[in-house]
Amino acid sequence: MTLDSIKPGQGGIIASVGGQGMLRRRLLDMGLTPNTKVYVRKVAPLGDPIELFLRNYVLTIRKEEASKIELKEVFNE
Amino acid sequence: MKYVIALAGNQNSGKTTLYNALTGNNQHVGNFPGVTIEKKEGQIKRFKDASLVDLPGIYSLSPYSLEEVVTRDFLLKEHPDLILNIVDATNIERNLYLTLQLMELSIPMVIALNMMDEVRASGNSIDVMKLSKHLGIPVVPISASKKEGVSELVEVAIKTAQEKRKPVKLDFCTGEVHKAIHAISHLIEDQAKEAEYPLRFAATKLVEGDELTFKELKITESQTHIIEHVVEDMEKALNTDREAALADMRYSYIEQICRDTVIKKQETREQIRSEKIDKVLTHKYLGIPIFIGIMFVIFWITFGAAGAFLQGYLEEIIALATDYVANLMESYQVSPWLHSLVIDGIFAGVGSVLSFLPIIVILFFFLSMLEDSGYMARIAFLMDKLLRKIGLSGRSFVPMLIGFGCSVPAIMATRTLASERDRKMTIVLTPFMSCSAKLPIYGMMTMAFFPENAAFIMIALYIMGIVVAILSGLLLKGTIFKGEPVPFVMELPAYRIPSRKSVLLHMWEKAKDFLQRAFTIIFLGTIIIWFLQSFDWSLNMVEDSSYSILATIGSLIAPIFIPLGFNDWKASTALISGLTAKEAVVSTLSVLTGTVTDLELSTALSTIFTPLSSFAFLTFTLLYMPCVAAFAATKRELGSVKNAVLTAMYQTMTAYVVGMVVYQLGNLFI
Repeated sequence: MTLDSIKPGQGGIIASVGGQGMLRRRLLDMGLTPNTKVYVRKVAPLGDPIELFLRNYVLTIRKEEASKIELKEVFNE
Repeated sequence: MKYVIALAGNQNSGKTTLYNALTGNNQHVGNFPGVTIEKKEGQIKRFKDASLVDLPGIYSLSPYSLEEVVTRDFLLKEHPDLILNIVDATNIERNLYLTLQLMELSIPMVIALNMMDEVRASGNSIDVMKLSKHLGIPVVPISASKKEGVSELVEVAIKTAQEKRKPVKLDFCTGEVHKAIHAISHLIEDQAKEAEYPLRFAATKLVEGDELTFKELKITESQTHIIEHVVEDMEKALNTDREAALADMRYSYIEQICRDTVIKKQETREQIRSEKIDKVLTHKYLGIPIFIGIMFVIFWITFGAAGAFLQGYLEEIIALATDYVANLMESYQVSPWLHSLVIDGIFAGVGSVLSFLPIIVILFFFLSMLEDSGYMARIAFLMDKLLRKIGLSGRSFVPMLIGFGCSVPAIMATRTLASERDRKMTIVLTPFMSCSAKLPIYGMMTMAFFPENAAFIMIALYIMGIVVAILSGLLLKGTIFKGEPVPFVMELPAYRIPSRKSVLLHMWEKAKDFLQRAFTIIFLGTIIIWFLQSFDWSLNMVEDSSYSILATIGSLIAPIFIPLGFNDWKASTALISGLTAKEAVVSTLSVLTGTVTDLELSTALSTIFTPLSSFAFLTFTLLYMPCVAAFAATKRELGSVKNAVLTAMYQTMTAYVVGMVVYQLGNLFI
């Protein structure tokens, strides 16, 4: 299951962060590291990007980027 | 002894607010060498010998983003006496991530733990003493917006700088990462010393695979081999890769600290409030209409109600001043050329530009409200999908929208964009949005040639501007601005009420900036145009501007526009004078054709243009290089005359090509 495929209101625990270069580094730097709990809060009105909640703050990333984040456990808030 | 203190921290951590609270009004704003990233420097209040440098808001010290590299370079090469690291206490986990990297730089450091008032108000708490003990550096709880703890912060900072107390705590982990860092530390000790790199920072960055560090330390091939081997072992043991391993190591350590120092019972009031506000402002169906509504109100107030009123008022004052000076000069019987220089050149030119000042001030009032309240990030969230296709992110939407009002503040507003690439691209594309000064030109032409379809022609022009910007964006994305765009990974900060001081300072800064330009480059530009317009080649003043140098240049370049369907010196001269301000195209055409009423002008225009070529002319005026004021803003924001000239050339070329296509295609069908 990847982060772009879960619904708003659902959350998950990050298994791995794919991608490469600047993008991947940015995701890691912002705290999207393995074993982090992350929730999807919202999808933007035009269908992309999505709004996340993790480490007690709100982050937005595009679905394409979210698709590189693999979850190992999915749950409803 | 003079101290240089570097202010570093995440975006949205209250850095600007703290900077303003510490320095007051004696700021020097410039750029970091070679890039267009703003560098602010100011003296700390009551401490004459301590200056504060505001570094860009960053989240990490990776080698990828320009802002981060600039910060690294400054810290490593300028050797500030202290790093003042501002940390948002309501978002402490992610903020400390940068802190851990800054601590490796072996520079005395103090943490300003900001927004502690919000933490306390929500019943949460942070054990500051314990946090300071864990990190081994002084931590001062503050509230920058309420100015609580700020004077204590300054004292601690100065003292730490005087004592040169460097962070001692460097080991954030045990185990595999630790082993790798130590192994590599030993290997590169001499090179780090030579390159003046703090050893610990260098070793960590090499484990991370940071190419900049490999280069700067001149790591040899055999060393690289060993390093890669050490890293591979680490990766295998941890079953992850080097970058993830390091990020994970830092965050694990932070989690450990937070467990020990942070008592969190609930989200802060601001966070709960933000979530509620966002239920409306980024609502699936309401979000975009509300955004359009907000922008509409801002536009209406800026360019309609208040702005136009103040602009008219200022114009009147300038007119009175002009009359006064004109009378004065007449009574002293100064020579006609001086009279003309002062009145027709300086007062008319700079005056017409100056009258934009109210618009700029009002617009930047709203812009700083949008930015400081946190709504700007939501606009990016709402609009990202639209701009992504041309290689930009949602953040560019606002400057482009402002472009429909006036390119000058639009270009100035690109400052809020986080990435330099996005900023440059937005600056190039924004003038394609039809600015309000072009409306009189459209009005004049449609009246003469399309009286029945005026609205249709105007809408067509606006849409054409947008289409050209999109195509142009696609072209630039694939050529000059090739390469990896900055990823759209953006924090949505909690909504906060903007501080009055920040908003006022921002408005003042922009007004000052604009005034400076009005009296330098714009001043010069208008004098040149005035000179060309008022003199002939033997440098005699002309009564009739059709004998002026400008007119000769106009006739010289007139044939260039044959492919666009018009070949008349009056048209090309008007285009040149349009560079002072776009409305000048209208006044120049009316002066050169010697017409007074609109009807006369319409008749005169029909001898110069056909309906089709008038549309080609409109296309050209829509797209060609913006006025002197906008050019000056472009130069300022791009940081070099060369780039500004290239941009202007690109815009003019585009205008020419599109105008030609319009005329030639039109000819095929009509």
